[in-house]
Amino acid sequence: MNPFAYERATAPEGAVHSLAADKNAKLLGGGTNLVDLMKQDVERPSTLIDITRLSALAHIEAVEGGHRVGALVRNSDLANDGDVRKTYPLLSQALLAGASAQLRNLATTGGNLMQRTRCYYFYDSALPACNKRAPGSGCGAVEGFNRVHAVLGQTDEGPAGAHTCIATNPSDMNVALAALHAVVEISGPKGKRTMPVREFHRLVGKTPQLDTNLQHDELITGVHLPASAAKFAANSYYLKARDRQSYAFALVSVAAGLEMDGGSIKSVALALGGVAHKPWTSEAAEKAMIGKPATEETFKAAAAAAMQGAKGYEHNAFKIELAKSCIVRAFTLAAQGTGNHGAEGAAA
Amino acid sequence: MSNSKCQTLDTAPEPEDLQNWEVSRRTFLQSATAVGATLAVGMSPADAQTVMPGSAKTKSVTLNINGQDHSIQLDTRTSLLDALRDHLDMTGSKKGCDHGQCGACTVLVNGRRVNSCLLLAVSAEGDPITTIEGLSHGDDLSPMQAAFLEHDAFQCGYCTPGQICSATALLDEMKAGHASVVSFEDGTQNAPKLTDREIKERMSGNICRCGAYPNIVSAVRAVAKGMSL
Repeated sequence: MNPFAYERATAPEGAVHSLAADKNAKLLGGGTNLVDLMKQDVERPSTLIDITRLSALAHIEAVEGGHRVGALVRNSDLANDGDVRKTYPLLSQALLAGASAQLRNLATTGGNLMQRTRCYYFYDSALPACNKRAPGSGCGAVEGFNRVHAVLGQTDEGPAGAHTCIATNPSDMNVALAALHAVVEISGPKGKRTMPVREFHRLVGKTPQLDTNLQHDELITGVHLPASAAKFAANSYYLKARDRQSYAFALVSVAAGLEMDGGSIKSVALALGGVAHKPWTSEAAEKAMIGKPATEETFKAAAAAAMQGAKGYEHNAFKIELAKSCIVRAFTLAAQGTGNHGAEGAAA
Repeated sequence: MSNSKCQTLDTAPEPEDLQNWEVSRRTFLQSATAVGATLAVGMSPADAQTVMPGSAKTKSVTLNINGQDHSIQLDTRTSLLDALRDHLDMTGSKKGCDHGQCGACTVLVNGRRVNSCLLLAVSAEGDPITTIEGLSHGDDLSPMQAAFLEHDAFQCGYCTPGQICSATALLDEMKAGHASVVSFEDGTQNAPKLTDREIKERMSGNICRCGAYPNIVSAVRAVAKGMSL
């Protein structure tokens, strides 16, 4: 690990100031990803600005138009907050599907938004080609072992291409936040701004090294959960398909929410994890369900729309069919009612 | 790895020396653990090799562990796990993967279970830390420690301190009404019950290479039952 200076921020403004003063400084939250990447020599910050004692950013509060989650609220606390579990059960379920109890106790809301890909070629600094880790070096995954990689929205200019990247965003929380139209609250030298989670994470485009649209000298202060997302509380499900039953990253995950109006679907929340460089959303898929009955036929049409244009690779082509099946399954379970699945849910 | 460490392994008791085996076994395991730690450090060449003399940043840190303050000078890169094991001689917390994937290093910080391998010691300053050494009072074992013995919930024992710390916190989480992803699947998220499925999910952050899982579940179930959880 590269040596680094350590400082504790005592106010959000101080953290922003320290960031602005050193382009190689990084913020330290739970550290579950950053410290690991530092051990791997992938991240080499000169200074760590420990923001974990900024208690003003560690609360969940009911605000006008929804709830505000401080950036330093730990994943376990967010998942088990009474209001969140009742109003946004999709978010609770997604958080609890991620990592382990120990990691959720450390990991923060802001840190989870900033979580980096688990692409093997990114994570192993001994491997020469990774456009995300070393821009311009190519991509080892596109013709390598690409089982966990993207099938939607990736940039593929071949293994030597300077922009090729088929990495995925590994988070479960981000998928639920995208489905529920949550908004990231940001503080920087020029003041405050907000950004919808759906726009916070980037597709690769020509800048595979960038995961998000956050600037270096900006601090995530919180996440706004819109009151409108509460309409999905009665019919939501987070389905996560993975190689083992617990404590593993998603191959494919689906955040599914339905607002029912009698027998027909009034509105839809949908986002996919494990398939793209960001939580994948599809307006076409959401539209395909509106006004329709909550049937397998409806969900299959939505699944086809969501996966339109997907492209698989040698080891991950299975994800395309898997994602379609997961979408149908997640909405079928959501339609039965949140937490209303019994043994059938257990088998999912 | 140095030759002297190799020799430590070479001088481990021969299997035929069965009478002395139980006594020697502990000595052997301590030696083997020391070698394991050396290997684990050695696996990250970047740690050792990229550091130019004088470039390390150190900081004076006071850690509150098992109710006692310990003031030490640490390289800022030191994990809480390494501070415990290498600087404070508290070797109960184990280094398995050193990447937050196995749970052997689990300790309690502010009463909550965390992976001490991913928590920087400098960041833990000011928070009360409980390690496996702090769960018992002398020879008076905690209920979870006693249950692990009673239910034979381990084989080699390497993951056991982490398992016990994790299971201890699990019971507190149950008391606080925390849900798991299984609670959502079973529809009990608003009033979770500690079924075996729940125990397995909630203990999934602790890997046991010997596969002692059935007895670990039994031990946790027994203590939970005693607490009417």
